[in-house]
Amino acid sequence: MYDTLIQMLDATVRVSAPLILAALAGLFSERAGIVDISLEGKILGSAFAAAAASAVFGSAWIGLVFGIIASVALALIHGFACITHRGDHIVSGVAINTIVAGMTVTLGLHWFHLGGQTPALSGDQRFLAITLPFAHAMQDVPVIGQIYSNLISGHNILVYLAFIMVPVTYWIVYKTRFGLRLRAVGENPHAVDTAGISVTWLRYRAVMVCGVLCGVAGAYLSTAHNAGFLKNMSAGQGYMALAALIFGKWRPVPVMFACLLFGFLNAVAVRLQGVIIPGLGEVPVQAIESLPYVLTILLLAGFIGKAVGPKAVGRPYVKERA
Amino acid sequence: MKGVFLASVTALAMSATLAHAATDKPAVVYDQAGKYDKSFNEGVYNGVLKYEKDTGQKIREFEPKNEAQVEQGLRRLAQRGYSPIIAVGYSMSAATEKVAKDFPNIHFSIIDSVIKLPNVQSIVFKEQEGSFLVGALAAMKSKTNTVGFIGAIDVPLIRKFSCGYKQGVKYIAPKDKVIVNFVGSTGAAFSNPTQGSELAKSQFSQGADVIFAAAGGTGIGVYQAAADAGKYAIGVDSDQNYLHPGVMLTSMVKRVDQAAYNVYKSAAAGGWKPGVVTLGLADNGVTWALDKYNQKLITPEMKAKMKAIRKDIIDGKIKVHDYSVDNSCNM
Repeated sequence: MYDTLIQMLDATVRVSAPLILAALAGLFSERAGIVDISLEGKILGSAFAAAAASAVFGSAWIGLVFGIIASVALALIHGFACITHRGDHIVSGVAINTIVAGMTVTLGLHWFHLGGQTPALSGDQRFLAITLPFAHAMQDVPVIGQIYSNLISGHNILVYLAFIMVPVTYWIVYKTRFGLRLRAVGENPHAVDTAGISVTWLRYRAVMVCGVLCGVAGAYLSTAHNAGFLKNMSAGQGYMALAALIFGKWRPVPVMFACLLFGFLNAVAVRLQGVIIPGLGEVPVQAIESLPYVLTILLLAGFIGKAVGPKAVGRPYVKERA
Repeated sequence: MKGVFLASVTALAMSATLAHAATDKPAVVYDQAGKYDKSFNEGVYNGVLKYEKDTGQKIREFEPKNEAQVEQGLRRLAQRGYSPIIAVGYSMSAATEKVAKDFPNIHFSIIDSVIKLPNVQSIVFKEQEGSFLVGALAAMKSKTNTVGFIGAIDVPLIRKFSCGYKQGVKYIAPKDKVIVNFVGSTGAAFSNPTQGSELAKSQFSQGADVIFAAAGGTGIGVYQAAADAGKYAIGVDSDQNYLHPGVMLTSMVKRVDQAAYNVYKSAAAGGWKPGVVTLGLADNGVTWALDKYNQKLITPEMKAKMKAIRKDIIDGKIKVHDYSVDNSCNM
């Protein structure tokens, strides 16, 4: 029983890592007033770029760099449409998602002739699990030993990076000058502008940070958690991250817990399949699959109270009206 | 006189085109995975290549890049008089049915789906028989008396695989446990290696040491998880043993290459017929893969046993239940 719980928590950590990265990416963007539904597209684009570069150059790190470049480029397109041209954020986001879904497969077909996939990655082309010091020695210590050696140790470096990013994001958003301005520009851009700070440049920086984090999330999917790119492999994780962002009320630590909850529900869903619950019979896979979404609606509707986003989110900033 | 002459020339020309249409212009439309998918479509492509090599005749190929192009592609080929046209995969059945109705003189062959039209040939496979074989092999290899199955979607086609697999396992070891999981309920379940690897890890932790994945691209995640955990996996559709030598116990192969080859061959000989063609073990339509990548995993006794089971199924001594007949897997 205890072993099963540890295994489920272990799966939770693996599954929530990309969600945390993407949700934090969304946090930077939305706190600055840019709605980002294109998290999904950026993850997918980065997953492809990372896997392709890793396959060609033989290094997961080079893959990561290319993943981040691809994701930042997409973020800048989003920024160009929404900030410079004051376009609708949702329309631009959906456009990016659609373009990436098609482009990754088309480029993949052209480059690798594998039906839109990249070659399978192995060895240095992937981020492999790291065994923390003393993990084997600690194995036999009751309770703590299991937690340390199985749950905390044995993940790849991007998982640790995802969890480190939570306090880092907290510090940036709440304790630095950039963070203060970031929050201000999402609440009241006019005030920021009056103070002589460029709203445009601030928002561009926010979407670039968003791009970097999404890039890491995408590289995690294709070069760490899996071994290669497959079409549409992001499978809605960007949208899950967006839900977690709203769920966590745009604050880093609650957002992390929301992601962990989604990850845990996924781990439970995987275990629960085919299990016969007394009185109910076998739980159908569709019911389990929809659990995270149903729970989000239920919790949002009844338990966590109103989720109020940044005031100026989704509204293009116009300096003055003639 | 002139009129009669013209008319007869036109008639001649027309009959010539018709004759051409029926035999000389073969074509194929792959599904969106493309002809290099290492699996289902690539199987058909290999059949196409073989036919081109054997006869020197060129086969017109079309690879749709999205859903909408499937019907456009079929329609354009039909308009230009290509026949027979092979439609690869059950996802094309709606488009094929529509186009086939509009072009009653063109012959269509669809793989993995049944369309009841006078100009459509439906080629289906007895997946349950091949799955029975790999199930038996999985039970022979398993040391934990627990094996796993991971399917993409909970639909009758995939249930055919899981039901046959279960029967094969129980034939060898009636007390063995079979863990059955499905990835999801939409088309995305065929390309979600992340979920595939999570499901595989879960099954391994529940004691499974051999997993059969009938889930398209999702299988890649399952095989990777098996390689990382030092367990065994079984591939599907085409021979995937080479993906992870030493990890892939075998593959349940559907000989779509042969099916495609035979369509063109029979059409060239004028023997193309509409209706349902069912390919099983007896026709070598389905089989288990044994090659240099997995031969170290298979002992001579296992090989002999597999041969015996195969023979018994063909002779009818072992009856493999087909899930799609009554939508249940009661054995």
